Amino acid sequence: MENKIAVQIDDLTVAYNYKPVLWDIDLSIPEGVLMAIVGPNGAGKSTLIKSILDIIKPIAGSVKIYDKPYSKQRSLVAYVPQKGSVDWDFPTTALDVVMMGTYGSLGWIKRPGQKEKKAALEALEKVGMLAFKSRQISQLSGGQQQRIFLARALVQNASIYFMDEPFQGVDATTEKAIINILKELRKAGKTVIVVHHDLQTVPEYFDWVTFLNVKKIATGPVKDIFNDDNLTKTYGINYKVSVQQ
Amino acid sequence: MSSAQIEIQLIASLVAIACAIPGTFLVLRKMALITDAISHSILPGIVIGFFITHDLSSPLLILLAALSGVLTVVLVEFIQKTGLVKEDTAIGLVFPALFSIGVIMIAQNANDVHLDIDAVLLGELAFAPFDRIIMGGTDLGPKSLWIIGTILLITSGLLFAFFKELKVSTFDAGLAAALGLSPVIMHYGLMTVASITTVGAFDAVGAILVIAFMIAPAATAYLLTNNLKKMLLLACVFGVTAAIAGYWLAHGLDTSISGSMTTVLGIIFLAVYLFAPNKGYFSVLYRQRQQRIEVSLLTFLLHLGNHEDDETERHVKHLNEHINWQKVKAKSVLDLALKNNMIVIENDVVSLTEKGKHFTTEAIDYIVTNKNSEIEKMKDRFFLFRG
Repeated sequence: MENKIAVQIDDLTVAYNYKPVLWDIDLSIPEGVLMAIVGPNGAGKSTLIKSILDIIKPIAGSVKIYDKPYSKQRSLVAYVPQKGSVDWDFPTTALDVVMMGTYGSLGWIKRPGQKEKKAALEALEKVGMLAFKSRQISQLSGGQQQRIFLARALVQNASIYFMDEPFQGVDATTEKAIINILKELRKAGKTVIVVHHDLQTVPEYFDWVTFLNVKKIATGPVKDIFNDDNLTKTYGINYKVSVQQ
Repeated sequence: MSSAQIEIQLIASLVAIACAIPGTFLVLRKMALITDAISHSILPGIVIGFFITHDLSSPLLILLAALSGVLTVVLVEFIQKTGLVKEDTAIGLVFPALFSIGVIMIAQNANDVHLDIDAVLLGELAFAPFDRIIMGGTDLGPKSLWIIGTILLITSGLLFAFFKELKVSTFDAGLAAALGLSPVIMHYGLMTVASITTVGAFDAVGAILVIAFMIAPAATAYLLTNNLKKMLLLACVFGVTAAIAGYWLAHGLDTSISGSMTTVLGIIFLAVYLFAPNKGYFSVLYRQRQQRIEVSLLTFLLHLGNHEDDETERHVKHLNEHINWQKVKAKSVLDLALKNNMIVIENDVVSLTEKGKHFTTEAIDYIVTNKNSEIEKMKDRFFLFRG
């Protein structure tokens, strides 16, 4: 694949209270891949995404989105946080949450208008949640909440999508629906980066993978590097998955 | 009503609205406790401000007090970040420390300054109309009215301008940060507004009771609506209602105005907590009862479906023994099923109707597949599938 580099990470080190969570990460993510970040709990997967998105400040290293710092490229990036990171009892509707995706392009103070509402409704339609647009968000199932989050990212109409465990706590139907949308995004030339837990589905869902455990273990096409050797290195135990390719 | 009475109610109402706005966001951010801390720890700021200006309502004093309020938040976060103690402990460590500094400062200078801790903590609304602004011989009204009016104007202006930023940073700080809408600025902005409002309101209702005006109306509104704008509006309405009703309660009982207002706030919350249509105590109780009956109904219908070919299993007398229900419960379930035309009873043998069969299959499908889309329409007439 001779693609442009969408995300370039050099020597990234992140620490919480002097304890390194990510150590000297070098990573190039080519444009147009659907990439899984895998690794054990505490490997720094979410931290990696958060430091790419300027939510956590690294103690060393740099991140470039299409050769520029993230702060200059916000409009190119959409982010789906972990579902559990927000309070779903917040008094608002599904449509309103999706509208929040437009706040970035609106900038400070300006209010969303008809154009933003239309975009949000289209995104809801794409994830099959249009019928629930006026539903209070606490009245949605886990899978539906995840779809709402996905719609909120879609409405940003970005080039690069970061998703933190989008399949956590969702039913099989929703998982299929989400992965289909992600594959469509890749087909449209977007880059999609997903923190993923289920190793069994990596070869089926993704074409690119990064193994992470505080340090970067390996990164590349799934067909080349998704093997027991790298899994063992990442998870520290003798790992055997029957990978059918 | 005398003009003083009108002025007192006006001041109290403005305080209520000025508190309800930051209060709504504090409640949603689960930061209600921090207002408690702020209300105490502004004391050293007030004392220092008073030493400098000798005027409890000077803008400098308000600014200094607000500063010590924000300092509280910074210190709490600092202690919390060490990871050695939890947030509530950090709050409990910080505000008594700051408050006691204020108390010592007042005690040390008790002979030189006329500053009463009671006045700061409890306020005295009844005296508010006496402290007036008079310019060039014209009476411009009570000072407190001007102070709280100005604060309210600023707060509403900020709310109007930054509503969307406040909302997204409250709901999802991570997204707000990624979008470049700094949740840190929103956080400290909100803390500053809360501090300034507390200082501005202590004259009227006292620094302690201001907590009630920040938290109670917002908490009450939270029980009634699923819409942030409506929650803000309702919080303001409850605050103003309590302010005015509280004033007249105090008038009638000849007692403390701020105490009465806070009591009314408590009564309003209690009433809403009991009788709110969805989240209220009785409503939840009723729903749970309904759900119990409906689960029983479904169990009953399933039993009938499973024993379609066996009449003895469907005999009215057998049902009591088989499903192991009390007679009363068995009868109420039987009545409910009959009322909904789901069963027919012939010669004491119960059978499912077409409607009953259809309903049972639908319900089982729902429970097995957990597919929401298919059950959407049923939800309205059936409690079982709600939330």
